[in-house]
Amino acid sequence: MNDTMLERFHYDNKIVKYFGAATLIWGLVGMLVGLIAATQLFLPEANLGNPYTTFGRIRPLHTNAVIFAFVGNAIFAGVYYSMPRLLKTPMFSKALSWFHFWGWQLIILAAAITLPLGLTTSKEYAELEWPIDIAIALVWVAFGANMIGSLIKRRERHMYVAIWFYLASFITVAVLHIVNSLALPVGLFKSYSAYAGVQDALVQWWYGHNAVAFFLTTPFLGLMYYFLPKAANRPVYSYKLSIVHFWALIFIYMWAGPHHLLYTSLPEWAQVLGVAFSVMLIAPSWGGMVNGLLTLRGAWDKVRTDPVLKFMVVAITAYGMATFEGPMLSLKNVNAIAHYTDWIVGHVHIGGLGWNGFLTFGMLYWLWPKMWKTKIYSTKLANTHFWLGTLGIIFYALPLYVAALTQFFMLREFDEMGRLSYGNFLETVVEIVPMYMLRAVGGLLYLSGAVIMGYNMIKTAQQGEFQATEEDSAPALAKDYNPKGEFWHRAWERKPVFFTVLATIAILIGGAIEIIPTILVKSNVPTISSVKPYTPLELEGRDLYIENGCVGCHSQMIRPFRFETERYGEYSKAGEFVYDRPFLWGSKRTGPDLHREGGKYPDSWHYFHMTDPRSMSPGSLMPPYPWMATNENDYSDLPAKIRTLQSLGVPYPDGFDQEATADLEAQAQRVVANLKDAGIEVMPNTEIVALIAYLQRLGTDIKAPTAESN
Amino acid sequence: MYKEVLRSIDNIEIYPAISLVIFVAFFLGMVIWVLRVPKSYVKHMESLPFEEDEPLNPTP
Repeated sequence: MNDTMLERFHYDNKIVKYFGAATLIWGLVGMLVGLIAATQLFLPEANLGNPYTTFGRIRPLHTNAVIFAFVGNAIFAGVYYSMPRLLKTPMFSKALSWFHFWGWQLIILAAAITLPLGLTTSKEYAELEWPIDIAIALVWVAFGANMIGSLIKRRERHMYVAIWFYLASFITVAVLHIVNSLALPVGLFKSYSAYAGVQDALVQWWYGHNAVAFFLTTPFLGLMYYFLPKAANRPVYSYKLSIVHFWALIFIYMWAGPHHLLYTSLPEWAQVLGVAFSVMLIAPSWGGMVNGLLTLRGAWDKVRTDPVLKFMVVAITAYGMATFEGPMLSLKNVNAIAHYTDWIVGHVHIGGLGWNGFLTFGMLYWLWPKMWKTKIYSTKLANTHFWLGTLGIIFYALPLYVAALTQFFMLREFDEMGRLSYGNFLETVVEIVPMYMLRAVGGLLYLSGAVIMGYNMIKTAQQGEFQATEEDSAPALAKDYNPKGEFWHRAWERKPVFFTVLATIAILIGGAIEIIPTILVKSNVPTISSVKPYTPLELEGRDLYIENGCVGCHSQMIRPFRFETERYGEYSKAGEFVYDRPFLWGSKRTGPDLHREGGKYPDSWHYFHMTDPRSMSPGSLMPPYPWMATNENDYSDLPAKIRTLQSLGVPYPDGFDQEATADLEAQAQRVVANLKDAGIEVMPNTEIVALIAYLQRLGTDIKAPTAESN
Repeated sequence: MYKEVLRSIDNIEIYPAISLVIFVAFFLGMVIWVLRVPKSYVKHMESLPFEEDEPLNPTP
């Protein structure tokens, strides 16, 4: 190629710096919130006595902060650094880059405000209400447009494997986010899911599983394929393996969703399909791990001294562990133990702290000296961070595995008389409290390491000089390039738009094959004639249950195991959830299942238990909700809620929206009268009244005498 | 309960079958292609993250 044809251009480091700094700042916030939540699990006083900082609202704040703020910003920092350099062009549009940056930070801010206020859909990792969902979609499309625009303007003919991962992640997250967030708004801050019960659960965990895949895994594999070879200064071990690994991964991942609902009211076929593909997933996942680790062959001496490589090696190892554990967890008998226990929490933190956290740290330790043209301020501090982080992961995960097994074996133990040995769920919780304390120690260690990193990064920036732009040059791409003998893949990935369409088809086939039966499920859930829509007061109580994140600790799904039916009652049927928008099956039991809670205790028990859980259950970890007895509910939007549910197909009679308030008041008076008999005075419009009405309704429909199937 | 839901969907077994066939066919096609791809292409692709003037560690 003739040198005179070289074109000069500049890479923008400023956007990388901003995303990198945002990663660190939000990372610290997210980890701190996580530490507070972990503390609340053994010290209920740490809920601080107000609704905004209680566990149910803090937990989604933590998960959203670490997933979308910490990991999200890390992805964007890595993409905005690596993509221009791999394509030999600046990003397509600076305006789009900055719109992306500020838009994303505003979304995070909106999440940090709305979640503690209780404005939530309660669907895991998709908690944000519809106006924020729309903003996410817009910003995400801007990010994608910027990437595809850069691809069109590129000066390198072929797309390196990292870029395939970025593209696949962009497309899939867009599809998942839109499908799962479909809802009908009641007002600006409240909506009801477009799906109900079993169907809602299927869609949610199709999203939930793939969000893990395409937000926490594939973008990071892209980052690994760029930053690991850069840091080790040697090419990836096997480029061929990366091709196989890429296509197998994006193809299979989309099919593996249903294993999140094993043993729940999900059709057998969906479970089997999910399990089979989850097991198969191990092959492509380990392809990535092996490729990452073998890239370091012959360079292991560098791993001893270079903190960047240390972080990356542990990250890739954690990825290997988590992706081995994942398929194991999808096996029915393993899942029976792990589901609803701390095992899942441990598992996701091996992935989150190890894979996402450590790869992010490694990447930032490599990027900062590069962009400030200096050396890292203190390798010693970076090594300290490495060891604190590694110990943190161990102290975090190990106690949770112990806790999960301890609790599971206690829960399912029967005595010689055939009764549950530990009939009270609380007995099993009290047993694992020391493990919760150790876990918090692990979190504290991990957070301390990250604080040290923040200091090290600031110092590194201070001693260097920031290179806002970096110059490079490359010849323009020749037009009408069509050599003979290039076909299939090699030709496809020269054509980015075509390649993008191809990847979209790959994920859509997987998505469609899982979603089409899901739509069929709706008409195939056996209806139970005695199951009726919630009364207005119960509906309001249910919305309070959602607002306060009760689903974070209480499931509403009794599995068909003897130790569950003995403890909680009749196992849950698909037909019982047809009016549940959203479904509230939950994914973790820190407290007992509540699906058959209705009628178990008198109203007064619930009153005392909500205002001071320990008065009814000594040693309980549940935060007290005394304000519920005095907070008055404003039911002005009740007619709108009824109308919204009617348009979604809930069979309230015509004109019920006008009668709903009177119906609500009459039922509230009955609860108030019940409480008065027990010597408790409450106003009928207080939150506690609505919540008690909902709790007393839970799971009672099938006990009605007309119960029959189909 | 699962069985009732299952039975009521016509030809339900077709879904896992379709997915398996598509995946296996695609996977085999891809593996065959990967095995036949020229070495020069692979060399070029794996050097993309690096600058031309940046000396690489020789791979043993």
